[in-house]
Amino acid sequence: MLLRHTSKEVKVREGLTINPAKTCQPIGAMYAALGIHGCLPHSHGSQGCCSYHRSTLTRHYKEPVMAATSSFTEGASVFGGQANLLAAIDTIFAVYEPDIIAVHSTCLSETIGDDLQQMTKKAKDDGKIPEGKYVIYASTPSFIGSHVTGYANMVTGMATQFAESTGVKKSQFNIIAGWMEPSDMREIKRLAKVMGINIVLFPDTSDVLDAPQTGKHVFYPKGGTTVDELKSSGDSIASLALGSVSAEPAAIALEKKCKVPFETLDIPIGLSATDRFIMAISKVARVSVPEEVTTDRGRLVDVMCDMEQYLHGKRVALFGDPDQLLPLTEFLLDLNMKPVHIVSGTPGQRFEKQMRQLLDERSPATNFKSGLQADMFLLHQWMKNEPVDLLIGNTYGKYMARDEDIPFIRFGFPILDRIGHSYFPNIGYGGSLRLLEKILNAIMDRQDRDALEEKFELVM
Amino acid sequence: MEANKIIPDPAQVREELIQKYPAKVAKKRSKSIVINDPETIPEVQANVRTVPGIITQRGCCYAGCKGVVLGPTRDIVNIVHGPIGCSFYAWLTRRNQTKPETLMDANYIPYCFSTDMQEENIVFGGEKKLKIAIQEAYDLFHPKSIAIFSTCPVGLIGDDVHAAAREMKEKFGDCNVFGFSCEGYRGVSQSAGHHIANNGVFKHMVGRDNTPSEGKFKLNLLGEYNIGGDAFEIERIFEKVGITLVASFSGNSTVGAIENSHTADLNVILCHRSINYMGDMMETKYGIPWMKINFVGADSTAKSLRKIGEYFGDEELKARIEAVIAEEAPKVKAVINEIMPRTKGKTAMLFVGGSRAHHYQDLFAELGMTTVAAGYEFAHRDDYEGRDVLPGIKVDADSKNIEELKIVADPELYNPRKTESELEALKEKGLEINGYEGMMKQMTKKSLVVDDLSHYESEKLIEIYKPDIFCAGIKEKYVVQKMGIPLKQLHSYDYGGPYTGFEGAINFYKDIDRMVNNPVWKLIKAPWETAGNGKGAGLAASYVTQ
Repeated sequence: MLLRHTSKEVKVREGLTINPAKTCQPIGAMYAALGIHGCLPHSHGSQGCCSYHRSTLTRHYKEPVMAATSSFTEGASVFGGQANLLAAIDTIFAVYEPDIIAVHSTCLSETIGDDLQQMTKKAKDDGKIPEGKYVIYASTPSFIGSHVTGYANMVTGMATQFAESTGVKKSQFNIIAGWMEPSDMREIKRLAKVMGINIVLFPDTSDVLDAPQTGKHVFYPKGGTTVDELKSSGDSIASLALGSVSAEPAAIALEKKCKVPFETLDIPIGLSATDRFIMAISKVARVSVPEEVTTDRGRLVDVMCDMEQYLHGKRVALFGDPDQLLPLTEFLLDLNMKPVHIVSGTPGQRFEKQMRQLLDERSPATNFKSGLQADMFLLHQWMKNEPVDLLIGNTYGKYMARDEDIPFIRFGFPILDRIGHSYFPNIGYGGSLRLLEKILNAIMDRQDRDALEEKFELVM
Repeated sequence: MEANKIIPDPAQVREELIQKYPAKVAKKRSKSIVINDPETIPEVQANVRTVPGIITQRGCCYAGCKGVVLGPTRDIVNIVHGPIGCSFYAWLTRRNQTKPETLMDANYIPYCFSTDMQEENIVFGGEKKLKIAIQEAYDLFHPKSIAIFSTCPVGLIGDDVHAAAREMKEKFGDCNVFGFSCEGYRGVSQSAGHHIANNGVFKHMVGRDNTPSEGKFKLNLLGEYNIGGDAFEIERIFEKVGITLVASFSGNSTVGAIENSHTADLNVILCHRSINYMGDMMETKYGIPWMKINFVGADSTAKSLRKIGEYFGDEELKARIEAVIAEEAPKVKAVINEIMPRTKGKTAMLFVGGSRAHHYQDLFAELGMTTVAAGYEFAHRDDYEGRDVLPGIKVDADSKNIEELKIVADPELYNPRKTESELEALKEKGLEINGYEGMMKQMTKKSLVVDDLSHYESEKLIEIYKPDIFCAGIKEKYVVQKMGIPLKQLHSYDYGGPYTGFEGAINFYKDIDRMVNNPVWKLIKAPWETAGNGKGAGLAASYVTQ
C-alpha cells in the first residue's frame, strides 16, 4: 500500500493539511500570463517559486514554459525587492525582448509588503519600460486562496491594466476563460466561429502550450491574446465569464472600468453547462444556434441514451478546482451517476453555496468539503468508509486509485503522467463526449477485468 | 556514425554568449564562463547570486533542504511550515524510490504535509498552528521523527520553529522533532539548503543510537538519493562484494540507520556538493574518514569499488571485488560493443546539479562521446576546481548567513578509523582521503565550463555547437527538444534509471543510443516543406493494364 498510513477513522484536523487538493496562487498567475501573446511571466520572489511553477507547468504540458524571477536573497527579503524587480525588468527587456512582462508576487514579497503597483510605476517613471512595451502585475499572495485565485487575479490584471474604452462599441464579445486547457480554449474559439460571433478570448494559451515541433524554439509562440485584443475588450458589447471563481473577477473589473456588462457561466463541461453556454451566446449576440451545434449535442445525448446502463448508479469520488467540479458534478448527475465524495482545497463561499445548492437538489447525501483541510487525505478516508466505483481528479489521485483498486480518470491540474489534456478538449458537446468515452472505458474495462469467465461479454 | 565535429573556438563562443547582456550583467556572467585547461585549471565564479531577470535553472534553499536531502528518508514525517505551494511542489516530484522491508513498515514519502499558512497566520504568527499540526501528525501516525521546514514567510514573521520542535519533542517523549530554517531566500540556490540540511541531520539524528553495527566492512553512502533506483543497484553490488551499508544519506534510508551511521568505518561520497559537510563533520566528531567515489559509469564503479577495497586493506575483500567486477564487466562490455558504433564521436553538453555534470561525463566517455561544455546549477568552486581551492574561497554575504557548525571530537565516541601513518600510506597508493579534485581536471582542454547557465546562454550554445545530446532538467527539456536536439534529464532521468553501477550503465547506454539515434529527429520537417510546397507537376494519366 502506497498510502498505508491513511486510516478509516476521520478525525477533525485544524493545523495539518495532508495531500492537498490545491496549490498556491503564483502558479495560476504564471499560467494565465502565458495566455498573452509575447508575454514573459515574472515571479517576484525567491528563485524556488519560479522554478517550481515552471517545473509543474512543464510536466503538465510537456512544453517550454518560460518565466523569469526576481531572485530574492536574504538582503532583498530584508530591504525590499524593488531593486531586484527594477534590475529584472532591465535584464528581461534587454535579453529576452518580450512585449509584456507580467509580474506576480509571492508569499515572500507579499509578507515584506512589496507594492507591485508602485514598483511598476517607478519602472515606468525611470524609463525602464521601452516604448510600446508593457509591464503588468497581479498581487498573488500564496497564503490566500489557491492556484485558482492566482489565475483569477492575473486575468483581472489583464482587464484592469489593458482594457480601454474608446466610447465606440465594437461588434465583438469577450469570453473570459476560466482555468482551462489550451485545447479547451481552442474549442471555445471554434464554437464562437460556428455560432458566428466575434470574440476576444482571454487568456488564451492555445498555440502557446501546445506548440508544434518545428525544429526551432519559438520563445514567444504565435498564440496568446494580443495587446490590441486586450485593449479592445473594453469596447466589447458584453463579456461571458466562464467560471465564477477563476473568470468572474475579471468580468467585474471590466464592467467597473469600461462598463462592459457580463454574465457568469460555468465552464461548459458536460451537457447542461454547454447548453447554457450556447444559449447565452445565442441570447447575448442574438444569433440562432446553427444545425452543426444541435447535431453535436444530439450525438452526445445519443451516447448518453445508448450507454446509460453502464453509468446508472455508479459511485464517483472527485477532487479538483471549483470551476471544473461544479459542471463536472452536474454532468455526472445528468449521466445518472452518483457523485459520492467531492473535495476542493480552494476556499470560497460562492462555490460552497453553488455546490451545496446543486447537491441539495439532486444528491443530498454527497460528502462535500472545500477550503482548509479539504484534502485528498480526507477524501481517501471517506472512500475507505463509503467505497466508490470511479475516482476523478489530477495525477496525485493515482496513489489512492491503486491502493483502493478503483478505476481512475485524470482530470484537472496537474496531470503529470499522461498526455491528451492539452490536445483534446473536455468542453463543449464534443469535449463532453470525449469525457463520457473516458468514463465508459474506465468502467467497462473494469467490468471486463473483473468478470467471471462465464460472464465475460463480447458485445457490450 | 558522425565524424568528429569541429569544436568552435571557445574564446569566441564566450564573447557571443555575453554579447547581448547589459554591460553589468555581461561583466558578471563572463567570470562564470571559462575555457578549461586541465593542467592549470582556471578560476570559475560559482555560488554567487543570479542576476534578477535572468532565466536560471536554479531553485531555492528549501528545495535543497527538504527536497534533496531530507525528502528520501521514508519514515520521517516532513511537515512544511508555510503556504501550501512549497510542500505541494516537492511532493513526489524527485523520484526518490524507497523500499520498506515489510508492508507494515513506515513510509511517508507518498504523503505531503503542510501547515497551509493563511493570512491570519502571517499577520499574527504561525507557531500555534504549527504546534497543532505537529500534534495532529503525531496523533495520526506516531512517527519516529517529525521534521519541520521553514518557508520564506516563516523567517520573516519570526516564527521560532526550533522552539516549537523542542517543546513538542519534550511533550511526546518518543518522537524526535526538529526544525530547519531553510527559507527559500537563504543563500543563492539549493546549495544553502543542502548545508542547512547537513547541519540539522548531524545535530538531530546522527549519533542517537550507539548500538554497534554488524559487519566487517562497514560504510555509509553519502549523497545518493535513490532517484530511479540508483541506490538499489549500489546496494546490490555492496551485498555481492560483502560490504555492509550502515546508512545511506539519504536514498532508500530510514531514521534508524542514519541515527546509527556513526558506527560505520568509512563514508563514501557520491554527490560532493550536497553532502560534503556531513563527511567533514563525521570525520571531526567520530574519526570516520571520507572518500570521494563515483558509481556513475561502469569503469567508475569498478574504480570506486577498488578504492573501497584498498581503504579496508583486506585481501579477501579485494579478491571478491575483483571477482564481482570480472563477473559484471562482460555484460557491460557486450552492450558497449553493440552500441558504440552508433554513439562514437558524438558530442554532449551537461548543465545540471552540483555533481551530476561531472559524474555523467564518465558514462558519455564510455560511449565514445565527447563532453564539449559542462557546468553546474548550484555548485561551488571546489566542485569545479577541486578542494584545494577551498582555503582561498571568499565567503560573501549570502554564504555568511549559512551556519557553519563548530564540531569537536566526541570525548567518548571519537575513534580515528585510520592512524595518521595509515592514511599517509593510503595516500601514497593514490587514494584521496577527504579530498575531491573536481570536474575540470577530467575535462578536455578548451572545453567550455559555465556555471549557472542561463536560458539565453543555453540556446546560444546549442546554436553554436549543435551537440548531439543536451543534459539538464525538466525546465530545459522541451525547449531544447523543440530545437531538434534530444535532452536527457539528469535530475529525474526522464522517469528511467537506475544509472548507477553496472546495470545502470547498461540502462544509460541504451537510453542515450535510443535518444541520439531516434528516427523522430529526422521527421520534423514535413515533406512539402522541402519539396517545394504546391509546386508539383500534377498527376500524369496512368493506365492499368492487366
